[in-house]
Amino acid sequence: MTTRIEARFARLKEEGRPALVTFVMAGDPDHETALKIVEALPAAGADVIELGMPFSDPMADGPSIQKAGLRALKAGASMQRTLSLVKDFRKGDGDTPIILMGYFNPIYIYGVEAFVKDALEAGVDGLIVVDLPPEMDDELCLPALDAGLNFIRLATPTTDDKRLPAVLKNTSGFVYYVSITGITGSAAPDAGKVAAAVSRIKRHTDLPVCVGFGVRTAEQAAEIGGNADGVVVGSALVSAIEASSEKGGGDAALKAVTDIVASLAEGVRSARLAKP
Amino acid sequence: MSQKGQNPVNQQLPNSFRAGPDEEGRFGLFGGRFVAETLMPLILDLQEHWNAARKDPEFKAELDGLNRHYIGRPSPLYYAERLTEELGGAKIYFKRDELNHTGSHKINNCVGQILLARKMGKTRIIAETGAGQHGVATATVCARFGLPCVVYMGATDVERQAPNVFRMKLLGAEVIPVTAGHGTLKDAMNEALRDWVTNVDSTYYLIGTAAGPHPYPELVREFQSVIGKETREQMMAAEGRLPDMLVAAVGGGSNAIGLFHPFLDDKDVSIVGVEAGGKGLEGEEHCASLTAGAPGVLHGNRTYLLQNSDGQIKEGHSISAGLDYPGIGPEHSWLKDTRRVEYVPIMDQEALAAFQMLTRTEGIIPALEPAHALAEVIKRAPKMDRDQIIVMNLCGRGDKDVHTVAKHLGMEI
Ligand SMILES: Cc1ncc(COP(=O)(O)O)c(C=O)c1O
Repeated sequence: MTTRIEARFARLKEEGRPALVTFVMAGDPDHETALKIVEALPAAGADVIELGMPFSDPMADGPSIQKAGLRALKAGASMQRTLSLVKDFRKGDGDTPIILMGYFNPIYIYGVEAFVKDALEAGVDGLIVVDLPPEMDDELCLPALDAGLNFIRLATPTTDDKRLPAVLKNTSGFVYYVSITGITGSAAPDAGKVAAAVSRIKRHTDLPVCVGFGVRTAEQAAEIGGNADGVVVGSALVSAIEASSEKGGGDAALKAVTDIVASLAEGVRSARLAKP
Repeated sequence: MSQKGQNPVNQQLPNSFRAGPDEEGRFGLFGGRFVAETLMPLILDLQEHWNAARKDPEFKAELDGLNRHYIGRPSPLYYAERLTEELGGAKIYFKRDELNHTGSHKINNCVGQILLARKMGKTRIIAETGAGQHGVATATVCARFGLPCVVYMGATDVERQAPNVFRMKLLGAEVIPVTAGHGTLKDAMNEALRDWVTNVDSTYYLIGTAAGPHPYPELVREFQSVIGKETREQMMAAEGRLPDMLVAAVGGGSNAIGLFHPFLDDKDVSIVGVEAGGKGLEGEEHCASLTAGAPGVLHGNRTYLLQNSDGQIKEGHSISAGLDYPGIGPEHSWLKDTRRVEYVPIMDQEALAAFQMLTRTEGIIPALEPAHALAEVIKRAPKMDRDQIIVMNLCGRGDKDVHTVAKHLGMEI
């Protein structure tokens, strides 16, 4: 069976351009606004949606995404509401892949079996769980793959050729290349180094490779997207939500996000997809 | 014994309580390596160096030398005669790790880890600290070996442990106050992990307690086990037999596991870990992860955590900054579930009372952390026979806490 993620990347390959993968936090700044934002993302130009599962202690995230999670939690976010947000989104969109991204503890406490089942039912396509390296595959990766979810793994600059096969082994959907050693929202990646890393990964896998961490502008998206199958943008969107919620939230946040996404979408559309 | 509420898996008792962790760093359900991919190669590298170092006679000789001449080990095992008389029960001994250089057990671990960091060729050291004792100990070994040192400390703790902040600065460390969350140890640990992930190549993360991803819980335990090993020998010399009971305070659990581990297979030695009960377990203001928490995953390991029903981690509270952590080392979680060790909470007020009692009866000002252990000893000793023996880990001295205690006693200094 082809998953929504596979179908989407196949289509983009035909179009000859990289994917724009957008990250926002479920429940940020509040549940209703977050739903509106997610619903508006595809029309604004997002090809794949990463939805953050709020966690109190996001060890791999910079200040923007830390604050987004805390805003969401303060506004009453929970795993149940995250899943119901996906369910509501799916009522109007059957094609755009949704990937839940976050940390293991909220999933573990929800119960792995129940989580996998409820996520599938809600219309989730894939999972990215930052603190589950391949060494921990029994915890969630294998049950999720068995049930038909994609499990998208992070590869990083420290993942050398020796380790890469282990990282890729149970990865599906796409590979998320973390462009820097660091946390989300930090320094911009060096496009040349990223291109080299992407081709290194591509020597080991046929999966699409998307690049994230540190991409904020349409120009960066075009540059990075020239050598990758997708570009992930998160902190820039989440910062826009923060800035606008100080100006009254709601519709301001929605407009701020869709404006940036539209500009990023132009960026990826101007990138030439590197021929494999 | 009632089976009610017991996980059947936990009923299978191991042949030895001293064999863990396994290759994957697990103590039964607990432990593991729950870290971001960026850190994983580093953790595997650390494990390789640790496996080599622990078998290397030169490493051992270097460590023994520093323990003896720099820290001042062995620390005395002291018979607290007046306290024993006052309580009128079991004989009370203190393992006096508060006499170590820098004033607590934390230095035992720092000396070991800085040698590892040097072997790995790391040029920059980072650490988290709660009470500041681990920060001071880390800054100390960094000064001793000429390595730059960055210490993350919750902003709340920076305030309540001001003397230690100054000591770290004197020792040449950079102290970064962390304002995220409640500004305590958990938040400092998050921030240290973020630094590490950013500076993987150059940086060694010198974790201050027997927690975190494998192999940290194991290697911290091994460096702290010098406490228990010495205690065994000193006890045999003093009394010709092992003690009946061991008592230690548990924050992350390093001083406790250091005392307990060499005795885990001695069935006649009962072992008690003391958690911070804060203002009482009914409310939110405590740090009793084992008594009032549930298993979860944080900071690289699965262990008992204070968390809500959605898996969000709670902020703890304790009068003692060193116990103010919502988690606990994974080996303690396993020792709780296998029932080898009994874990009990002690409230802020009880710890304060014990602090004052020790000061007056023995002329020793303890840190607030071991004051928690002492409060438990004060409860238990009178109920025991006079020929029974308790050893308590007096793991830190109280200089750092005099301001906090003064405030609670309503005094100005
Ligand atoms: C004197 C003292 N005791 C105990 C602790 C708690 O740590 P652990 O449980 O790892 O021994 C600390 C931590 O700062 C401390 O300074």
